[in-house]
Amino acid sequence: MTDALSTLPADDILSQALAWKNVGREVALATVISTWGSAPRPAGSQLAIDETGQMVGSVSGGCVEGAVIQEALEIIGSGIPKTLEFGISNDEAWEVGLACGGKINVFVEKLD
Amino acid sequence: MKTALLEELQQARLAKRQVVLATNLNSGEQNLLYPFENEDNSEITEAARNALRYDKPATFESEDGPVFLNIFNPQLRLFVVGAVHIAQMLVPMAASADYDVTVIDPRRSFGSDFRFPNVTLDNRWPDEAFADLGIDRRSAIVTLTHDAKLDDPELQCALKSDAFYIGALGSGRTHAKRQQRLLGAGFSDAQFARIHGPIGLDIGAKSPAEIAISIMAEMTAVLRQKDA
Repeated sequence: MTDALSTLPADDILSQALAWKNVGREVALATVISTWGSAPRPAGSQLAIDETGQMVGSVSGGCVEGAVIQEALEIIGSGIPKTLEFGISNDEAWEVGLACGGKINVFVEKLD
Repeated sequence: MKTALLEELQQARLAKRQVVLATNLNSGEQNLLYPFENEDNSEITEAARNALRYDKPATFESEDGPVFLNIFNPQLRLFVVGAVHIAQMLVPMAASADYDVTVIDPRRSFGSDFRFPNVTLDNRWPDEAFADLGIDRRSAIVTLTHDAKLDDPELQCALKSDAFYIGALGSGRTHAKRQQRLLGAGFSDAQFARIHGPIGLDIGAKSPAEIAISIMAEMTAVLRQKDA
């Protein structure tokens, strides 16, 4: 399996998620499911997070990853998937993240 | 997501299958769809087909709630027949646009590593090479030799494949002769119409690099625009 997967890109997010799982770590996957306005990463973009908070991939180019990781660690605990909404007005842009003013929805699930 | 499902998804990607991961956003239930591998006409299969075709994930509103269709298309591939000067310009452009490029030319002095570093070279005859290249919906085929001996067998194979783009270098006159030969070989007008010839968007390209740009532009238009 590992050999066969070497023909996917070396930085393949799902391969990394599986590799973490195979060494016994808990893993969550986050996927951008919809975007409005100027969102930095398109729908389908993914982020994998392990139980220690390590991550590969991106859902926003750095703006909301911190918040997604927090939620992901909770979802690793609960096992219940969840859709996170990041709709950022210009006022709060500096607080939570999407300085560009876009909005994104991110689906987060545990790999089990 | 179940680990077993993720493993199946990775295997499908390795096998270069066009696969869609369908996730019910309310329940979290998931399954894999292979919409080009069956004749199913259900709305969700059609939606999955379109998502793959336009390389764009989508959300399908089902009776059981919204279903996110995430797409996993294999890498785009470009097969260039004829290791000629235009090919030397086209290959790096296509590689930059994330195509996996193969150059096919049985004439070894043309298709050499010296002229084409860092690209897959295939020195077999085109029709022989084609039998095991697994041309699919994510493949483009460009013939650049304007030598009927090399181009025609390739084009015949191309027309029997699912390639999203087939282009042939040559003037209007060359293309008309090509049409006669291929119709003579039993292809229909509709089949022949899949061949873009003379190749490339009409941007007045003169130099090999400019012609390569016009070819890249036409391939991109066919790939991305619904009615190109």
